[in-house]
Amino acid sequence: MVGANRIAGTGRLSAAGRLAFSFDGRSYQGLEGDTLASALLANDVHLVGRSFKYHRPRGVLSAGTEEPNALVGVHRDAARRTPNVRATVQEVYDGLTAVSQNRWPSLAFDIGAINDLFSPFFSAGFYYKTFMWPKAAWAAFYEPKIRAAAGLGVAPDRPDPDRYAARYAHCDVLVVGGGAAGLAAALTAAETGARVIICDEQAAPGGAMRFETGARIDGEEGWAWAQKATARLAGMDNVRVLTRTTAFGYYAQNFVALAERVGDHLAEPGDRPRERLWQVRARRVVLATGAIERHMVFADNDRPGIMLASAARTYLNHYGVCVGRNVGVYAGNDSAYAAAIDLKRAGVAIAAIVDLRETPKGALYEEARGLGIDVLPGRAVIGVDGRTRVSSMTVTPRTGGPSRRIAIDALLTSSGWTPSVHLYSQSRGKVAFDASTQRFLPDAYPQDCVSVGACNGTDDLAAALKEAAAAGERAGRATGARAKATKAPRVDASEGWSGGMPGVAPGAGADAAVKAFVDFQNDVTAKDIRQAVREGMRSIEHVKRFTTNGMATDQGKTSNLHGLAIAADALGKEMHEVGLTTFRPPYTPVTFGALVNQARGALFDPTRKTAMHDWHEKHRAVFEDVGQWKRPWYYPRAGEDMHEAVNRECATVRQTAGLFDASTLGKIEVVGPDAAAFMELLYTNPWQKLEPGRCRYGVMLREDGFVYDDGVVGRLAPDRFHVTTTTGGAARVLNHMEDYLQTEFPHLKVWLTSVSEQWAVIAVQGPKSRDIIAPFVEGIDLADAALPHMSVREGQVCGVPARLFRMSFSGELGFEVNVPADYGEAVWEALWTEAEKNGACAYGTETMHVLRAEKGFIIVGQDTDGTVTPDDAGLAWAIGKKKTDFVGIRGLRRPDLMAAGRKQLVGLRTRDPNIVLEEGAQIVADPNQPVPMTMIGHVTSSYWSQNCGRSIALALIADGRARMGETVYVPMPNGAIAAEIGQTVFFDEKGERVHG
Amino acid sequence: MLLIHCPYCEEERPELEFRHAGEAHVARPVEITAESDEAFEGYFFIRANPRGIAYERWRHIHGCGRFFNAVRDTVSDRFFATYKAGRKKPDAAKFAGAATGGKDKR
Repeated sequence: MVGANRIAGTGRLSAAGRLAFSFDGRSYQGLEGDTLASALLANDVHLVGRSFKYHRPRGVLSAGTEEPNALVGVHRDAARRTPNVRATVQEVYDGLTAVSQNRWPSLAFDIGAINDLFSPFFSAGFYYKTFMWPKAAWAAFYEPKIRAAAGLGVAPDRPDPDRYAARYAHCDVLVVGGGAAGLAAALTAAETGARVIICDEQAAPGGAMRFETGARIDGEEGWAWAQKATARLAGMDNVRVLTRTTAFGYYAQNFVALAERVGDHLAEPGDRPRERLWQVRARRVVLATGAIERHMVFADNDRPGIMLASAARTYLNHYGVCVGRNVGVYAGNDSAYAAAIDLKRAGVAIAAIVDLRETPKGALYEEARGLGIDVLPGRAVIGVDGRTRVSSMTVTPRTGGPSRRIAIDALLTSSGWTPSVHLYSQSRGKVAFDASTQRFLPDAYPQDCVSVGACNGTDDLAAALKEAAAAGERAGRATGARAKATKAPRVDASEGWSGGMPGVAPGAGADAAVKAFVDFQNDVTAKDIRQAVREGMRSIEHVKRFTTNGMATDQGKTSNLHGLAIAADALGKEMHEVGLTTFRPPYTPVTFGALVNQARGALFDPTRKTAMHDWHEKHRAVFEDVGQWKRPWYYPRAGEDMHEAVNRECATVRQTAGLFDASTLGKIEVVGPDAAAFMELLYTNPWQKLEPGRCRYGVMLREDGFVYDDGVVGRLAPDRFHVTTTTGGAARVLNHMEDYLQTEFPHLKVWLTSVSEQWAVIAVQGPKSRDIIAPFVEGIDLADAALPHMSVREGQVCGVPARLFRMSFSGELGFEVNVPADYGEAVWEALWTEAEKNGACAYGTETMHVLRAEKGFIIVGQDTDGTVTPDDAGLAWAIGKKKTDFVGIRGLRRPDLMAAGRKQLVGLRTRDPNIVLEEGAQIVADPNQPVPMTMIGHVTSSYWSQNCGRSIALALIADGRARMGETVYVPMPNGAIAAEIGQTVFFDEKGERVHG
Repeated sequence: MLLIHCPYCEEERPELEFRHAGEAHVARPVEITAESDEAFEGYFFIRANPRGIAYERWRHIHGCGRFFNAVRDTVSDRFFATYKAGRKKPDAAKFAGAATGGKDKR
């Protein structure tokens, strides 16, 4: 057999499927179908990790997703090093490499274990109370040291090379859990004709049938029945069976998130995605999530070799592995007997069953006795020996008395089963406490959902299947499916369990100083929880956070109920009075990869490129991101840095001309008989009298009176306006317009159309701009008289339809050529040929910014910040004085907006012309005043202006326009910089150049 | 992710297609310049922000583009109704039984 602990004739794995794997550098053999945990146990490896805080040796506790201890690293290659993989979930593949975590230099000898000796200092709340002083030492010293000493796996340090997939799915009935109950529910739901998805977190459905060999359904062993039921479901057209798929989040309106592990169990995943995220919208949800066994809380209950009884049964009955050769059992519950019986029948010695209950009875008890197993009722295990593997247990009467040591090499414990109500709770259901069975169960359902089987507290298999089949059929019918479902599967035999207790076992109670672990993964003991109560924590949520009970990656699946019982006992309350902590997604850890999915790298956010993007790239433009747009920032020539390139571009535009890609500007067509009336309402300016063919600079306000957007608007016809917006404002301006049109002014006959993507825009600016475009323009008279500044014509450029604007954001004679985007690059190429002949250049956004600042033109969002009125920005002229209404008219009349002392836009000229101020820098009147100084404004725009031969800046300063000529100061780390307040226009103050 | 019924498209669509647009039934005064400072404050700044049944505007921005109104329970996130802009505000009493946060218990 493969591994010393495999027992021939047990388990369901084939001896033929041999696989090689390694753990901490040692090679082992496993079988196809093994989990890493079962394969290690088969090789008698119990010690698999070190604990989080105390570095205590730890072994495998469970056989499922609830595992808190057996966390390992799985290393495929340099980039694929997954930490904190549960060995009980990871399937073995040929060549798998696993390593233990949180130990140095080795798992068996770990220096960090010294923490265990100092554990009195590491009790609950220790970090909060101890590392408070000095404050700075926390970040510099304490935290790094503590993080290095504690913790689990190490995160990979390379980018994740794997691919993750995502699917949206809709179904009538989603069944979560493929145990017997889930399968029964899926079968009847599917038979009604409803579209069904059933998911199960394991490699194959079957749930508890994996270990529960006493069950017979429809004349077959439970596991065999489950596989046949699965095959039947998989063969139905209306059913999707998802294995290795965990429902980890239950959100509003039956929206359930599933994580499917696609490649992690394969030696060669090939081109498969590693995981697939399913976002399922189900009309009905059936939860069949089962129950999780709890451990016993007693001294040193974390020693390797101590595990859950059902886990030992799983290893034996499914994997053919015995977890020991001389096994002790510690029970507060019948189900542990079944483990002893199975092992005994497989030839394993059972040292004793220690049962807390005084008078255990029932079939399992009788069977155990009949097999000659020594049953010790009314007794407790108060301690164990063996550090890296349990070697004996110390047993006393539960009420106290002489103790006795019994040699063992494994100890199976069970204190009962906790129904898995996680998803029910996530659906916002409130659990109810069932006093007779000491557990929390689903109560009212806030969503279209139902629980069946063990997660609903239905323990008996026949009752569970009946409940599940009925629920499945009901769910199917509720969605309108009408076909007849068959009856529930017939249960011929099952195992009946009763008993169970939450909280501490004897010897770990009130005054005991022993380490009786409640939460293995976070190293929380019963003593810690009692201490939290003693230190004043009253709410279970506070107890949880103070002790970190249930806050590890296992989310307290085995520990929450114990913790609650201990806290309730210390508080002198009933469990239901204390209440459960909140269950939150995810049910089990989900990789960031699955959640992020395809949305990374180039797919993280869309990239918008203009029609001329390739040309810019060919001409070595440096790009800047403006929202999602890539815009040419500047075009450096050989040997130029940014500063030199921008200086050259700025000078060239003013001396000859420049070409600028303005395609990213937002463009909205406002069309309809009431278009002018609508424009009157949305902009401060008057529009009724603007003649077709003319343009106007428009200012848009919010209702509060602050500047929202601006742009040049051309009137193409009495009923048609071509509106431009800022690049960043395009979407919100359209939304703003639509909002008013649809909800406040629905009587207006106007249609709004975004045409930002439809028009490519080439700005040609500079004294030679007319010469550059002239050869290509047809049907438009370019003479100054025929096409004056601020006008627009429709015609042809390079033989394609064009809207030609005579306008300028540079202060030079200028044009903006709008052509359909498909022709943008060709027209640009043509204009560029002519531009080059004229000595013009291409220029980017930096030069555009400098040129407009030289002219004192504002940029909304840079020189304004959502608290600036048109008057503040020097744009009072843009408000139609005779208008009786526009959005923002009333806001402008608010007292604060009319009050004196508002910040106004002014120009700033530094005393030293070579100093360029920092944008955003604060301004003070007196640099020698005591700190904190009174700030009177801030710098909004600041550049070196090659054309002015000095630095220029725009600033918002309180009462700025009344302070012309005054000197103000910009305090900086190296001293205050003096600057004089002046006009906002730095170049061509009379504005003559736009007229050519 | 919520499903929201668009009263214009007449079907439920995922929340991603929609954008919230603030409180509903706040009409812009016809004679807005005649509003007192207090009245303007009430119109522009003051919002109910209830715990429980809220009347709010949504826009099917990545769909038909229409603004519409909705009745939603701000505690459970449940939508009770959606209706076209301009329609009468449905009576809260109609939903009070189903609302989880209908009464402020604080």
